[in-house]
This record gives sequence, structure tokens and C-alpha cells, in this order.
Amino acid sequence: MAILEVRNLSKSFDGFEVLKDISFDVEKGEVVAIIGPSGSGKSTLLRCINQLEKAGGGTVKVCGMDLIADYKNGKPVYSPAETLRAIRLKIGLVFQNFNLFPHMSVMKNITEAPVCVLKKSRQEAEKTAAALLEKMGLSQKANAYPCELSGGQQQRVSIARALALNPELLFFDEPTSALDPELTGEILKVIKELAKEKMTMVIVTHEMAFARDVADHVIFMDGGVIVEEGTPEQVFGETKNERTKQFLQRYNNDYK
Amino acid sequence: MSWDEILQCTGIIARYLVPTLKIFGFTLIFSIPLGMVVALLKMCKFKPVSWLVNVYILIMRGTPLMLQIITIYYAIPMMKVSDSAFLQNLFAGVDIKSESYQFNALIVAFALNYAAYFAEIFRGGIESIPKGQYEAAAALGMTKTQTFFRIILPQVVKRIVPASSNEVITLVKDTSLASAIAYAEIFRKAKEQMITYSNLTPLFIAGLFYFVMNAVLTVLFTAIEKKLDYYK
Ligand SMILES: Nc1ncnc2c1ncn2[C@@H]1O[C@H](COP(=O)(O)OP(=O)(O)OP(=O)(O)O)[C@@H](O)[C@H]1O
Ligand SMILES: [Mg+2]
Repeated sequence: MAILEVRNLSKSFDGFEVLKDISFDVEKGEVVAIIGPSGSGKSTLLRCINQLEKAGGGTVKVCGMDLIADYKNGKPVYSPAETLRAIRLKIGLVFQNFNLFPHMSVMKNITEAPVCVLKKSRQEAEKTAAALLEKMGLSQKANAYPCELSGGQQQRVSIARALALNPELLFFDEPTSALDPELTGEILKVIKELAKEKMTMVIVTHEMAFARDVADHVIFMDGGVIVEEGTPEQVFGETKNERTKQFLQRYNNDYK
Repeated sequence: MSWDEILQCTGIIARYLVPTLKIFGFTLIFSIPLGMVVALLKMCKFKPVSWLVNVYILIMRGTPLMLQIITIYYAIPMMKVSDSAFLQNLFAGVDIKSESYQFNALIVAFALNYAAYFAEIFRGGIESIPKGQYEAAAALGMTKTQTFFRIILPQVVKRIVPASSNEVITLVKDTSLASAIAYAEIFRKAKEQMITYSNLTPLFIAGLFYFVMNAVLTVLFTAIEKKLDYYK
């Protein structure tokens, strides 16, 4: 069953087409890596599906619910607000620069949404949070504030924060790009761990070796279109596409 | 002046601490929420509204508070003697000689003026919060209201404490402008005493009162800043 269905998605900023006719599926339990040069529209794609940007056209379906079902008079028709809200809770988003709430402790960062959005009791939310922190190896940091944590620790908190809502689907937008190389590994390890647990994930990344290693499916984007997609072997190993080859060559040192 | 006279004079001035504090307190009570509303209206995407609010802020910050106080104070008396029967009737019941009219006019002027300053501080604070905070909250399913009150406002408060403390301290001193419409408060009384005694000492006494009030406020604000220092 496809947990995410994107069909002919498009998006323009002031007449400049950033996404053109994007179609792809994400199956339950699948890990999809999206790679591509800077400015190719990877973030915009995630943001459109996450309702942080309004799409220009196309249809999107998340967990059987329509985000955009139709397209009328040159505008996409979004579902009613409750459906949009329900969809939002199905998708967790991990940002490049964490975006933790600086005025809240680690514990509060993780429990805030379960308590005020899902209306869980504080006690229950804290129990879930404690388990997630344990998983992230951050049990000691529950009462720390984000400014007291390293980048890698902050990113692990933000992953825990997204997981606390128990999403069906987790989006990562370059989760390691703001980190020092030595901190990148700890995040990649967490993501691998989640992949083992069959968490459905869409990961935008510049870590080619990692994408090859962890992804079931790789999408290569350039200039707002999906240039090529397939298994990691197909895209990294035996691509016939000139643009893919060119792009991968620049990352040659990165994948062995 | 003899010590006895100084003591007596201090007593008289001290009695008018209450009106001064009343202006101070009521101005804050009205201007802070009003400033918040003005700030939000200024950021309103509907252009005519933000434009109008901008004109209001420009006038309030661009003209002297003393002028505003006098204008507002005399607005109703002027209307009462205008040619329009409607205006005459509308304000017929207002006793412009009463102390309460004086006080109300003062508070209207102070609140409108300070709201403009607070609005700019609040707006600056709100706009300084990174977009990512809104996006993180939205991605977690929070509503706009939840995002504003739980995520944005607490961070804004921390950022605006230093600028707000400047305004509050200025307000303590600005209360003396109430003397422009002969409202009896510390400054006016001190001036009267100065004339009575032909001596500057009453002014120094009044100055000391302002100084002590602001010293207390400075300590208070430093404590608040320290309290909010638990995160960066
Ligand atoms: N809010 C915006 N307004 C105008 N143009 C935008 C906006 N956001 C993105 N763009 C443009 O859309 C294009 C795609 O941007 P996007 O951030 O999706 O690329 P990306 O593939 O994520 O790149 P990177 O790898 O650098 O993160 C870029 O040309 C960018 O300048
Ligand atoms: Mg990006």
C-alpha cells in the first residue's frame, strides 16, 4: 500500500517553476532518499507535501487521505481543514537546522505537541518522551535546554520530537548538513536504526554513501524534475543517465 | 530652607506620589495590551490596515507627548463651544473641570502615545523570531493561536525586556508632563513649593523621588532579565 502518492505536483515562486510534474509513491516501511544538486527543489517538494508551501498543481494523497484531490481553474483544491490537520499529524518533519524551541527544556520540546495537539495527559506524554530519549541516547538531557546541547544532540531531540506524535511517515530535510562531520555519524546511525524498525522515511540528503546504504529507493532530482529513480544499485551503480552520472561524479570521494 | 521646611516640603510632595503612580500604572495597563494589538495590526497583510496603523505610530512618535496631552485635554472643551449642536449635546454631561476628566484625558494621551512605542518594540520582537519556529510548530500540528502563545510570545518577551525597560523608565519621568494640564502630581507640587520658598530644593526632592522609583525599576528589570537568562 502506498502511504504517499504524489502525482504531477508542480510549484512556482513568482513565475519561476521550482517543481515540474513530480510523481512518485512511497510504500509503507520504505526508505526513500532524494538526492540532487542545490536548488533542484528537494526542500520545496517536502515542504509542499508538509503544507509549509502551497502547491501549484497536481494531487497528493497521504495515508489514504487526500491532501490535494483535484485541480480546478489553474489552482489545486485542498481538502477541508480537518483533513489537512489529520494529514499533518501523519507526517513528521526533521529540519536541517533542528528548529527546536529554545525556551523549552528537551522534555518540554518533545511533550508540547502531544499535550497541546493530541491532548494527551502530561504524564503519558512524558512517559513516551522518556522512552524516545532513551532510544536517542539522551536520557541524561531531559532537563537540558537546546542551547546546552551539541548539534548532533539537538538533531536527535528534534527526531524524538517528531516521533512523539507517532507519525506514519518521517521526512528529513538534510538532517546532517548543519553538523560537523564527526557529528553526522550519530544522526545517520539513528536513521538507520529507524529504518530497521520499518519506519517509513523520505530523506533529502547529500550523504551519498548513506543514501546508497539505507535507502530502498532513490530519487534523483535536477531542475525541478525527477531525472531518474530506482533502487540504489540502479541509480548509484549502473545509471545510464548523463545528468545523474555528472552529479554523482562530484560526490565521488563520498561513496566507495 | 531649614530642615523643618525640607521635611514638610517632602511630606507634601510625597502625598502626590499616588497620582504620579496612578498615571504610571494605568498607562502601562492600557498601553501594553494596546501596543500588542497595534503591533499585530501593523503586521496585518491587509495593506490599508497596516498603512493606517503606520500613520498612527508616526504621529504618536513624531510629535511631542506634551502636545498630545494638551490636544486631547482641550478637544472636548473645544467641541462644547463649537457651532455643532450635536457635539455640544454629546459632551454636555462632561465636567471638564473635574479631576476625573483631567485624569482620563491624561491616561488616553499617555496610553495612545506609549502604545505606539510598545507596538514598535513588540513588532521588532515578533519579527526577530526565525521562520523556522513557526514552521516547526506548524509541522507539529499546532494551531496559529497555540503557536503564537506557546512558541512565539515567550521568546518575544525575553527579547523585548531590555527595550521595554527603557520605555518604562522613560514613562516614570514622563509622568511629570501631566503638570502641563495642571494635574496635581509630584512635579507640579514641587514647582509650587519652589515658588513658595523661592528655593530649588523642592525640585531636588522631586528629582530624588523619580530617581528612587527608577532605581527600583532598574533592579526589577535586571532581575527579570536574569530570570529569563536560562536559555539563549
Ligand atoms: N520562498 C521562496 N521564494 C522564492 N524562491 C524560492 C523559495 N524557496 C525556494 N526557492 C527557490 O526554489 C528553488 C528550489 O529550492 P529548494 O530549496 O527546494 O532547493 P533544494 O533542492 O532543497 O536545494 P538545497 O540542496 O540547497 O537545499 C531554488 O531556486 C530556490 O531559490
Ligand atoms: Mg534544501
